[in-house]
Amino acid sequence: MSTAAVKKAGKASPNGEAQVSERPMPDRETLQQWYREMVLIRRFEEEARVAYQQGKIGGFLHLYIGEEAIAVGAIHALRPQDHIVTHYRDHGHALVRGLDPQRLMAELYGKATGVAKGRGGSMHFADTSKNFWGGYAIVAGHLTIAVGLALAAQRTKEDRVAMVFFGDGSTDNGQFYECLNLAALWKLPVIFMCENNQYGMGVAIEKASAVLDVHHKARMANIESVQVDGMNALAVHEAVQQAVEYTRSGKGPYFIEALCYRYQGHSVADPDKYRDPEKLEEWKKRDAIERVRSLLVEQGLTDEDIALINADVERQIKEIVAFAEASPAPDISTLYDHTYAEPEHQAMVAPAT
Amino acid sequence: MAVITIREALKQALREEMIRDERVFLMGEDIGPYGGAFAVTKGLYEEFGEERVRDTPIAEGVIAGAAMGAAVGGQRPVAEIMTINFALLTLDQMANHAAKMHHMFGGQWSVPMVLRMAAGWGQLSATHSQTLEVLFAHFPGLKVVFPGTPADSKGMLKAAIRDLDPVIFIEHTSLYGVKGEVPEGDFVVPLGKSDIKRAGQHCTIVTYGRMLQQALEAAKTLANDGIEAEIVDLRTLRPLDIAPVIESVQKTNHAIVVTEEWPTYGVNAEIAARISRDAFDYLDAPVERVGSKEVPLPYAKNLEQYALPWAKDVVTAVKATLA
Ligand SMILES: Cc1ncc(C[n+]2csc(CCOP(=O)(O)OP(=O)(O)O)c2C)c(N)n1
Ligand SMILES: [Mg+2]
Repeated sequence: MSTAAVKKAGKASPNGEAQVSERPMPDRETLQQWYREMVLIRRFEEEARVAYQQGKIGGFLHLYIGEEAIAVGAIHALRPQDHIVTHYRDHGHALVRGLDPQRLMAELYGKATGVAKGRGGSMHFADTSKNFWGGYAIVAGHLTIAVGLALAAQRTKEDRVAMVFFGDGSTDNGQFYECLNLAALWKLPVIFMCENNQYGMGVAIEKASAVLDVHHKARMANIESVQVDGMNALAVHEAVQQAVEYTRSGKGPYFIEALCYRYQGHSVADPDKYRDPEKLEEWKKRDAIERVRSLLVEQGLTDEDIALINADVERQIKEIVAFAEASPAPDISTLYDHTYAEPEHQAMVAPAT
Repeated sequence: MAVITIREALKQALREEMIRDERVFLMGEDIGPYGGAFAVTKGLYEEFGEERVRDTPIAEGVIAGAAMGAAVGGQRPVAEIMTINFALLTLDQMANHAAKMHHMFGGQWSVPMVLRMAAGWGQLSATHSQTLEVLFAHFPGLKVVFPGTPADSKGMLKAAIRDLDPVIFIEHTSLYGVKGEVPEGDFVVPLGKSDIKRAGQHCTIVTYGRMLQQALEAAKTLANDGIEAEIVDLRTLRPLDIAPVIESVQKTNHAIVVTEEWPTYGVNAEIAARISRDAFDYLDAPVERVGSKEVPLPYAKNLEQYALPWAKDVVTAVKATLA
């Protein structure tokens, strides 16, 4: 097997420029949709944060704010039949994939109407009708699922790829390497999508990884890889289009590293004392939403047009929150539901003692 | 005696042992400048520096495994696994290597390491809320410690660090803030000794960890109804000191085993079996068990609270046993 060619698509830095596109720019309508989705993610999470602070949402709440370009750019380069698996920072991916935002918020509220009937919460959004196979909270533990979905697609000769989202921190874990190797060995149609926000909780990548260009880790298994500016939805989109074409043609897996920076602490409970506020400000200057907004302005949208989109999102956000608030909590009598899929064995599930 | 929290007690133990013995060092995720996910190591990085308080990648297998290797190499590592759920990734290293070496190589060397980890829950959903001590307690060769008071937390962590064998040291997130008296100075509580935390003559409650605190609360309620419960705190699940349990049951004739785990195949199943065999003639009622409902723990608050065992469940079980 030949050594993988590792490409660099405009190594992103706080001052980095977007890569020059070889593909046609998405049309205005598409960009408008992307803009709306990114605003929806951000507003959805801001509302969730408020609800968390009011005690209406519990557990962990990991926000995607600042990383929106990756979900939008990547998922729109997939087709509906392509599989998605993600980690606990999953709100953005679910919203872009088109999971019902009301049911997502209801899940955060732990309500019976939530996508997982209140069983999963923030870290475990899922909807099989969207081929969205869940957010998972064991770091690096979920890459296997995408590898397996790709294996199933390969066996049935279905034209599907599986994309898995994970953080930079996951790439230091043994399961990561096992997945890369097997996927490459069996030429599985899986796209590894690393969201490199340069921190795993409070630990900077320099303190956790011997390899700072995370996508170089794909070389270990001779997997094609590319690094893109994760603040730029267009750049991400282009890289994923390329990856999907490559993978669909039967050549095996592909690895994308999207460089980004989360705007908040690791979770809402994290006061984020370990990062340099100035560096954060630098990254915010390259904000993903602002970038698409200025593209829209270049293409002739007025401030008023954009205000209309924003207002429409606000209207939707009100409905989303109202739905979650009004929904009932799961009934206690349903506690044991879904322990087993086999009805006969589910019927055997009963209180011990 | 100073009154301090379990969090503070654990930190004191780590700090004192690091001062006492150069070979002691810490490694784990976010234990350095961040101070630990539950702030147990806060300040130690500043005091001892990054050579002795080592942040690691998110790689539990090698955290446990490298700590084990360092222990074989003569060091006294205390590795932290952020939560017990991620300790599933250490199970191969701990069960197949750490637990076996001393025996399998004919006693030539041992593995003096400590693997600390936090158990607990709090609307964290199914993969982040598990009570898994029984998995480790299953293996001869491993020691498993689960303290429920500040004094035991400090004294047993010090004992664990000095111990010649691999020790799984389990803390509980809901207990970190619990306060109690802790003797000053070099206070060490030996491993492998159960402890009577409350004397009583009507029934025996066998427990440890978070459920010790719930049992103490239950005992107060029961006392109002004239029921005096004796509480035996196991503290060490392996090696298990069962004698105080049997002696207590011989006196009270009633036993309730209270743990946070799923009862099926749990620690409480083992304790119930021992009591049923060794105190059979003394029992006036079958051994009762209290634990979590047998379902992955759901996120929704009402379901989670309902699925977990509380003091009131202990009260109900005691009354049913005595009825
Ligand atoms: C196996 C495992 N170890 C530790 C944790 C605790 N933990 C949760 S998120 C996280 C950081 C992950 O960082 P990264 O993969 O970069 O993703 P990010 O949160 O930055 O998006 C850690 C250590 C976990 N969930 N699973
Ligand atoms: Mg990260």
